[in-house]
Amino acid sequence: MRLTPLAAEHRAAGAKLVEFAGWEMPLHYGSQIDEHHAVRRDAGVFDISHMLALDVEGPGARAFLRRALANDMDRLGQTGKALYSCMLAEDGGILDDLIVYLLAADRYRVVVNAATAEGDLAWLERLRPPDAMLRPRRDLAMLAVQGPRAREKCWTAFPELRAASEPLEMFFGAAAGDTFIARTGYTGEDGFELMLPVARAAGAWQRLLAAGVRPCGLGARDTLRLEAGLNLYGQDMDATVTPPECGLGWTVDLAAPRDFVGKAALARRTPACSMLGLVLDGRGGVLRAHQEIHSAHGAGMVTSGTFAPTLQASIALARLPVASRPGDSVQVVIRDKRLVARVVKPPFVRRGKILV
Amino acid sequence: MNIPEALRYTATHEWVRQEADGTLAVGITDYAQDNLGELVFIEVPEVGRRVAAGDGCAVVESVKAASDVFAPVAGEVAAVNAALVDTPRKVNQDPYGTWLFRLKPAAGADLGKLMDAAAYRASLGTA
Repeated sequence: MRLTPLAAEHRAAGAKLVEFAGWEMPLHYGSQIDEHHAVRRDAGVFDISHMLALDVEGPGARAFLRRALANDMDRLGQTGKALYSCMLAEDGGILDDLIVYLLAADRYRVVVNAATAEGDLAWLERLRPPDAMLRPRRDLAMLAVQGPRAREKCWTAFPELRAASEPLEMFFGAAAGDTFIARTGYTGEDGFELMLPVARAAGAWQRLLAAGVRPCGLGARDTLRLEAGLNLYGQDMDATVTPPECGLGWTVDLAAPRDFVGKAALARRTPACSMLGLVLDGRGGVLRAHQEIHSAHGAGMVTSGTFAPTLQASIALARLPVASRPGDSVQVVIRDKRLVARVVKPPFVRRGKILV
Repeated sequence: MNIPEALRYTATHEWVRQEADGTLAVGITDYAQDNLGELVFIEVPEVGRRVAAGDGCAVVESVKAASDVFAPVAGEVAAVNAALVDTPRKVNQDPYGTWLFRLKPAAGADLGKLMDAAAYRASLGTA
């Protein structure tokens, strides 16, 4: 198993460690539910160093990414801006979802999922023109500090980052010395993601904990992102589905003249399903991936489900017939029962507030 | 890993305690609760239900996964701990103090197949 630069810190903090995408990662540090609440109410830190940062540089970088990625890099009008995008196969299926930052003219940083990192690298290398360079940044550690008090606690831990990061709008980042700090995340809360040299990772982690930021594991990360209505690659989407089938139609513009890998196929493919949220009425079980759904419009399937600590109810993301609408009532097969769930439009929670 | 000497155990991580009234209290072991993680949902059987040894009798669900709790021997459900439905995390906090259901063993129910603490500990591969 691969270890992140924070492996010793996880042990010191009492983590229950699990294998995730070939990496040894913390599942929780005692209570994933308490960690979830810490992020909704205060501040938590996640080690996300298993994800891969890829720098794309050179005069051909922009054209390369505009062809390789489904969202349009030209939406990155200003230095520091971040953009969410899918990367598609020729048939329009999703190979990965990622974030791209514009670091400077002709310099981009792409952050991809851990499980897909090697495949993404090989795929991008195939598409790469000679005037663009692709540089994996395993020399960087990544930390996500999330929660309503995350920014202020970050500045307590790193006063030197305040000047660069205080003016940042949502979905913007800035370099501060050898650290890149961005106002992005995967929890539905405010906060920062930090990328810094591996050698400084443990020190940064310790300073955050000393500032009162709670260490949080993959368990809380999953319930937080699900409440925030954010897809998980490999679970809510994969190479068999297209962005419009995953609630990500907003990330692709088929009408624009720009060509990109998968565009022609997307234009031909009629969405076979749509992604919506479910809230289980009352108790009787917990929604889980792969449970069957029966609705007036046909069958569906839960892609991610859990007990949501903020809502104190079970919620899910689900593939439903395209005619499904928020407000519909559906039945989910849980063990030997059919339980009623309500269709909602994600997100379920944003900025600590329940929206469904 | 906490494995009390006074209890009996199954290979599927239930603990069993013989009560004064002849019923068997059944819960899940410390090992089981630790592996499942924090419980968020518990379904207990109906009192009076007849079960065979190994039948799914209760369900415990954590944030991570759902798991059946099996009847350790054949019998009839004599009582259920219905209060747990509102406080599933009690099982994490005190796995051996929190029974899920009590079984009245059927005539000829074989308690001898259950493991003692040493055998259960050995089955977990812990010294």
